[in-house]
Amino acid sequence: MLERIHNALSLMDKACKSLARQINIMEVCGTHTVSIFRSGIASTLPAQMKLLSGPGCPVCVTDLSYINLVLELAKEKNVLIATYGDMVRVPGSDGSLERKNKNNNVMVVLSSEDALQLAKDNPDKMVVFVAVGFETTTPATAVAVSEADQLGIENFCVLSGHKRVIPAMQALLSDKNNKIDAFLCPGHVTVIIGSDAYHPIVNQFAKPCVVAGFEPMQIIQGLGEISRQLIEHKVEVKSVYEAVVTQKGNTTAQKVIDRCFEPADGYWRGLGKIENSTYKLKPEYERFDACRRFGVEEKPVDDTTGCRCGEVLCGLIEPPQCALFGKKCSPDIPVGPCMVSSEGACAAWFKYGPKGERAK
Amino acid sequence: MCLAIPARIVELEGDKAVAEAMGNRWKIKTTLLPEATVGTLVLVHAGFAIGLINEEEAKETWELLAQIDAFNQTQDKISG
Amino acid sequence: MNTEQPPKILLAHGGGGRLTDQLIRQHILPKIKNDTIAELADAAKLNLSSPQVCFSTDSYVVKPLFFNGGDIGKLAVCGTINDLAVSGAKPVALSLSLIIEEGLEISLLDKILSSAAAAARENNVLIVAGDTKVVELGAADKLFINTAGIGVRLTGVDLGLDKLAVGDKVLLSGTIGDHGMTIISQRQDIKFQTEIQSDCAALAELTCSILENTNGVKFMRDPTRGGLAATLNEIVAGSNKAIEISEVDIPVNLPVLAAAEMLGFDVLNIANEGKFVAIVSPDSAEQALGICKEHPLGRDAAIIGRVIEATQAPLVELITKIGGRRIVQMPYGRELPRIC
Repeated sequence: MLERIHNALSLMDKACKSLARQINIMEVCGTHTVSIFRSGIASTLPAQMKLLSGPGCPVCVTDLSYINLVLELAKEKNVLIATYGDMVRVPGSDGSLERKNKNNNVMVVLSSEDALQLAKDNPDKMVVFVAVGFETTTPATAVAVSEADQLGIENFCVLSGHKRVIPAMQALLSDKNNKIDAFLCPGHVTVIIGSDAYHPIVNQFAKPCVVAGFEPMQIIQGLGEISRQLIEHKVEVKSVYEAVVTQKGNTTAQKVIDRCFEPADGYWRGLGKIENSTYKLKPEYERFDACRRFGVEEKPVDDTTGCRCGEVLCGLIEPPQCALFGKKCSPDIPVGPCMVSSEGACAAWFKYGPKGERAK
Repeated sequence: MCLAIPARIVELEGDKAVAEAMGNRWKIKTTLLPEATVGTLVLVHAGFAIGLINEEEAKETWELLAQIDAFNQTQDKISG
Repeated sequence: MNTEQPPKILLAHGGGGRLTDQLIRQHILPKIKNDTIAELADAAKLNLSSPQVCFSTDSYVVKPLFFNGGDIGKLAVCGTINDLAVSGAKPVALSLSLIIEEGLEISLLDKILSSAAAAARENNVLIVAGDTKVVELGAADKLFINTAGIGVRLTGVDLGLDKLAVGDKVLLSGTIGDHGMTIISQRQDIKFQTEIQSDCAALAELTCSILENTNGVKFMRDPTRGGLAATLNEIVAGSNKAIEISEVDIPVNLPVLAAAEMLGFDVLNIANEGKFVAIVSPDSAEQALGICKEHPLGRDAAIIGRVIEATQAPLVELITKIGGRRIVQMPYGRELPRIC
């Protein structure tokens, strides 16, 4: 293992020397952010190599309007909110599910199937499933919706916050201020969509796209491969996650997504509106759409708090450049998701400074 | 949105399965992976098997899996 | 005339009258057999060998009441014994207070009382005082227990965070995460089948053995709520030093690690109920480790790190498996399963 680390690190060193400037590699998956943080990889990289945590964790990219909607629905009578643990502490305009749950009706679930079971077990309640996640998680929601449809389970609906990785990457690269040199692509999203899905990024923007898993060694190998491409002035889609990634992906899962969902424009925290970047339930399944059930819609919120999470997510500013940082926004009183998530860029910076050194 | 763990299918009926990882057994669905059979090593995410795992590559990729021989030896000692 | 014993706890069992008396005499006393409690006095008279005592209390609200490796009764006794043990005392006596929800099956209460009594007996600690209250349905979740304990400090032992010095070693008595992951595996919303067992156990015999046979122990604590991460953070905050630990040296059972990974939990933040952390001077560390390893409760003990200067701030730093470094934070206090 040490040899592989050594090889990857020397490739990274070479890349830094040959480009003679800072190299910015963006990862767009919360699980990558967490793994990088937990394994302390940043502290082993050459000083010029910078890892940007992009818009990839449900906590960080979920727009204020979505969370506000969840909180509004939680107040309704006879509603059970079923959510993945990730969303419980995300703040809306006025608190989070954890803090504002006066009705005691928020249940943490591990699977969309659990949410559906909740509906079966509680016929007098309407279960609202807080469906967030990229293409890795979208098929699970689609299966639950299909089953609800087949079994005639009417007290189940979904607030779809599912997002699509490729349009987000395209939006990031279309911003002329972007500083991205390459992408570390999310291994498990790729298990679903297939590594071929990244060719448009490579063709349109000429940035290396390397798919990696989440074990520290995987990430290091992924960074090594990116470095190799930069050194050789090559730009291609490559995977170091051979154990499980294929070019075509999981076609069963893709079909299930297509059956229930269609792409729609959506709001990403800080990035604003991105075309075709989210999934919305198709008309034949719209009775399972929580917005239709309750006659509500996501209202884009004018974020007047001064929160600059979006720019942090895109790697455009460092956390201390946000006026709220350390003053109105800190881990104990978080304003934006980047401070809520303990691995969010702002929370990490607040506690440990850049690259893990303690902030002075 | 990507936390997923390798586990082996030990029971399968229709698309309802039990997957085992280091002695822990989790109820999962194989709806997204109809090619899964008992004995297959799969990637489990949010209660679903989402991909088949190449066993040869698996030990190189996942440290926990690489330790499975050591784990099985201790299990044999306990039961044997 | 004997009244028939109902199979469930009624409000009257807490009323201080006939049913309370029956509960004590027929269910509690027969299990906790000692002369002191048999007196049923308002307070227990104790003769302690020294006026240098330690005193501690804890309440137990664990759900479910019964889990692999123990139950709330065993937990309540071991937990307070451990607080005394890590403070450098030999536990002598405990009080046992029950707050029972109306409707609890008496057979379950019997099992729990037997466990508590057995745990006390096996560790030579007397349960000398107690209380029983019954609250209405819904006012408590089946059963809450409070135990308070008194112990005599071992001669010459004076543990404290002010004693820590740069170079001291961090000794961990065994694997982490077992208790917390066992409880989690039985939660309705998470349930998975597993052989994982809680490590619930009383450590007094082991801690006393170390303290009586070495003289370099500066401080000890049992990493319960918040896990090893919380305990180490408390230590650095209270001593104004920093601690550096090494991930490869931390003992963890593979099934516990695998279960934590499935849910997105960090084992460092998961509760333990039969482990302690000790800060030991460098020249006594190996000896203390040896004593641990000879004892059934310390077989997996390891030196996991050292005390260092707090150059920027008192913090806990982890050297990761791949040679990276990161800070171990004080946990939020609630581990939520992630998909991300």
